[in-house]
Amino acid sequence: MVYRSRGKGSVTALDALNLRIDEGEFVTLVGPSGCGKSTVLKLVSGLLAATSGQVRIHGEPVRGPRREMGFVFQTPVLLPWRTVRDNVLLPIEMLGQPVREHVARADELLAKVGLDGFQKAHSWELSGGMQQRVGICRALIHDPEILLMDEPFAALDAMTRETIGLELLRIWEERRKTVLFVTHSIPEAVLLADRVVVMSPRPGRIASVIPIDLPRPRTVEMEYDERFKEAALEIRALIDRGGPAMHAPAAAAGGR
Amino acid sequence: MAIPSPADTARPGRAEAAGPSWSGTGADLGRWIAPVVSFVLILALWQATVLIFRLPRFVLPPPLEVLTALGNNFPILLRDTWVTGRETLAGFFLSIVVAVPLAILITASAPLRNGIYPFLLLGQSVPKQAIAPLLLLWIGYGEFPRVILAFLTAFFPIVVNTAIGLQMTPPEMQDLGRLLSASRRRVFFKVTFPCAMPYFFAGLKVAISLAVIGAVIGEFIGGDTGLGQRILVASGNQRTDLAFAAILMLSLLGIVLFTLVALAEKLLCPWYDKS
Repeated sequence: MVYRSRGKGSVTALDALNLRIDEGEFVTLVGPSGCGKSTVLKLVSGLLAATSGQVRIHGEPVRGPRREMGFVFQTPVLLPWRTVRDNVLLPIEMLGQPVREHVARADELLAKVGLDGFQKAHSWELSGGMQQRVGICRALIHDPEILLMDEPFAALDAMTRETIGLELLRIWEERRKTVLFVTHSIPEAVLLADRVVVMSPRPGRIASVIPIDLPRPRTVEMEYDERFKEAALEIRALIDRGGPAMHAPAAAAGGR
Repeated sequence: MAIPSPADTARPGRAEAAGPSWSGTGADLGRWIAPVVSFVLILALWQATVLIFRLPRFVLPPPLEVLTALGNNFPILLRDTWVTGRETLAGFFLSIVVAVPLAILITASAPLRNGIYPFLLLGQSVPKQAIAPLLLLWIGYGEFPRVILAFLTAFFPIVVNTAIGLQMTPPEMQDLGRLLSASRRRVFFKVTFPCAMPYFFAGLKVAISLAVIGAVIGEFIGGDTGLGQRILVASGNQRTDLAFAAILMLSLLGIVLFTLVALAEKLLCPWYDKS
């Protein structure tokens, strides 16, 4: 995938962004707020069109929203009148595919994130972590090739974050999808990724791409591994170096 | 919302918040005592005022006499209530039938909104009482002009609230619809419309009370049936007790209709007060 794009008008949201992601790779995108991380996701998904440059999937330029994308949003946004299972099945209904054939798969996905027995529950009966687990199942129900995740665990506490992150990895290892995962959290970025893309703000550009040389399956204990610490420190330094730009005049506000 | 924990020990069965509890717990009882006490006090004050100041009956009858009038004329008052209720409901349902498609049109596109909305506001700025005599001129006496008046007073809040609700679709859901290239119709029925339901009902709750007012105004202006007409005739005959009894029926009608709308809301969007 290659994207080189600019924002409209005077604000350049992203600049000279060049990145190639392999099939089945888990890439995390980390950087300070306003560096255009979410914009990158929207460009890849086709929800947003770049003013210049392009996104290519299997060599083919993205021209609009594509079905082979699964999207996990920052907040789960479950529909309160639907049961957990029906929320997971929503994309199937939107695609106009027969729902009944996917019920088993929905239940299987829910079981994988530890929500067995909650199929008929409603969103208000679930904790924030459980709701986001449902959000992940919903993104996976139509078996997308590419999974885009926009700070999906930002609203969760640190422990829940780790647990869900590792659950996500388990699912991913069973059926490798290409994952592009945006996050604010350096430890999260390192723990999950094959490669961490560090972005710097205004205009958003890639500061560096850091391969994470940790064995899989990943565990929480790896956070105490030297290689983990090294990578985290390097990312920290890269983000801090971009620091002054974050305090640039307010003109850059809304640079997404 | 429960505090998220790694264990997430909550079970689906824990939803004891499945609606307000009407069991006779102390707190519930306390909620009822205060309004009942103040109601009784107001009645006592009313009765005392009439007795102490020796007010003539045609100015202010004591509450007990109002109750007597209500009892003695109950069949007539019930028939009047039925007439007014019928007009109110007809106007109310007519306003739903007109307002909902209008709200959908308004939210569907900017040109439609700009074309329709100013006229809605203009229409709303006209006091309905002002056009009531004209309605009689145009469509004559009987129940129909009252239905129209109830419709005219009720329909604006339904349009506005439904239109607001239809714009409350979470942007994420719109993105999801676009990603899956779902048709507008499908997104509308699966997401947009249900999302608007609580707003629609908020509009209905305002509208049902307004519809009663509209119907009564219609009865004031013309015709010879309904509670409004009964109030007019009773006060003309200095039967203030009967007028009060009719007013009592009118407010009962309003309360019952409002409660029915609130019940329908609970049935049709039970999720609303939980999420």
